[in-house]
Amino acid sequence: MKKILKSDNWYLKCGIFITGFILIVILIGQFWTPYDSGYMDGAARLEGPSFAHIFGTDNFGRDILSRVIEGTGTTFLVSFCINLIGLLAGTMIGAAAGYRGGLFDDLLMRICDAITAFPNVMLALVIIAVFGSGDLNIIWVLGILFIPSYARIVRSQFVQQKSCNYVQMAKLMGASPLRIIFVHILPNIYSTLLPAATIGFNNAVLAEASMSFLGVGVSANKPSLGRMLNEAQSFLVGGAPWYAAFVGLAIVLLVMGLSLLGEGLQKEQLRGKK
Amino acid sequence: MKFAAKKLTNLIITVILVSFLTFCAFQVIGDPVARMLGAEATPEKVAQLREELGFNRPVMTRYLEWAGNFLRGDMGISYSYKLPVSDMVIPKLGVTVALTLMAFVMTCVLSITIGLYQVRLKSPAVDRAMTVVNQIVMSIPPFFIGILLTCLFGLVFHLFTPGYYVSFRESPAGFFGYLFFPALSIAIPKISQSVKMLRSRTGEELEKDYIRTAFSRGMNTGAAVNYHALHNAIIPVISFLAVSLAEMLASCIIIEQIFSIPGIGRLMLSSISSRDFTVVLAIVVILVLWVIIVNFIADMIYPLIDPRIKVNR
Repeated sequence: MKKILKSDNWYLKCGIFITGFILIVILIGQFWTPYDSGYMDGAARLEGPSFAHIFGTDNFGRDILSRVIEGTGTTFLVSFCINLIGLLAGTMIGAAAGYRGGLFDDLLMRICDAITAFPNVMLALVIIAVFGSGDLNIIWVLGILFIPSYARIVRSQFVQQKSCNYVQMAKLMGASPLRIIFVHILPNIYSTLLPAATIGFNNAVLAEASMSFLGVGVSANKPSLGRMLNEAQSFLVGGAPWYAAFVGLAIVLLVMGLSLLGEGLQKEQLRGKK
Repeated sequence: MKFAAKKLTNLIITVILVSFLTFCAFQVIGDPVARMLGAEATPEKVAQLREELGFNRPVMTRYLEWAGNFLRGDMGISYSYKLPVSDMVIPKLGVTVALTLMAFVMTCVLSITIGLYQVRLKSPAVDRAMTVVNQIVMSIPPFFIGILLTCLFGLVFHLFTPGYYVSFRESPAGFFGYLFFPALSIAIPKISQSVKMLRSRTGEELEKDYIRTAFSRGMNTGAAVNYHALHNAIIPVISFLAVSLAEMLASCIIIEQIFSIPGIGRLMLSSISSRDFTVVLAIVVILVLWVIIVNFIADMIYPLIDPRIKVNR
């Protein structure tokens, strides 16, 4: 902790601060929010920010602050799952491709290239169009689309590490390929994988928010930042610009915290190498 | 030339493969017969319509027929509007292409100008301020930028009327005027990314040995940046810009929604929700073609701007 406070890596410091703040708010939101996020107060529709409703109320008289807190939680959870799928499967595929090499490697990497050539949101929209939307669908579709970027990173690391002495030694000692992959190489590429995972998380948040903004994200009965922003958009003209502003602010903070964190970690890792 | 030919063959194979996969995917779920008949669906009628639409033939035959028709500009008939898909898609494609190209030109011009300005700055304080602002702008997703621009320029300054799209036929000037802010909201995130990239690349280049040699010959920082570092730093930025043309198409789908522009993205979303799969299929194939061709062009200009790269000639 002291080391972080003292370091001159402002990216890391700001990133930890913002992400930590959001995490605490999400955690509190799991147990307590100012109002029930679904409670509709018919008497207080589209009210501006006040002491009773710090962020104001939406068109149904629901408290925006409570909904933003829960929506951030939803977005965070969904992006976390997306990222987890991408990271785990990507690491497996990348490790297998990088360790084995040859035709197998070529084939997997060509497929990854083909997938990454297309924008995530566009592909996800098409797949969702085929299979229908739903909480789980959005998670696995985006999760699969996140696999190639991780697979590439892990593969290039494995290709590098494969020829290192410690791997050769392990091979000589008769360690099985699985043991070499998981026990010997994986812990060594952890420092490269961590910043990549944070940046991937950031992209997952953006993708999830875009999808639910387009109305194909998580189901409508859960508050989600993208969907709320979409709803808020129709009240810009109607005189409730704070609705969009607060929801947008939450997305910006989430994205900013994660991108700063990712960059900070990357800088830290580069510094470690020097 | 050999390189180009190899890339071109790859391109054609990818196009065929991707279009075939999309076609198959939509065939699996896209049986529209029951939906088209609605409540009056009897097994005989369903069978009859399936026969009429040719759903009983093998997938490969249907794909070849569909691909042949597609190349001739016949994309089939929309299930829900009963109109030829090409009549629905092609006018909207023009709008989206105009929007993307406007955004692309803006991105190129502004990111290079701002990037060069920041790289050549003498004052570290201004440089730092620009980096902070850039970092914040980078964190705003395109759809929120769209909303902010609508709010600021549409509702406060009244520079355009949100939601009142002007078609090109009505007035070309009004058309481009309306597309200006949507294009800007697609461009801004890309601009901040490429400015940041140019800035950090130049910083990295300045630490290299050849720059130290330049300094030892008595060159000052400004000249070292202008004559040496920039040449190397700008190459990845240019290839980033070329590739981002594909991603801009994806942002278009969202931005069209915000500014209610009747482009291909809006048509795609509405066809997805009405499960009008001939339209979705046509749009997907067009978008895929766009992405593949853009990436091909990006690959082709890469050796042109960076003479060090000789790609397996």
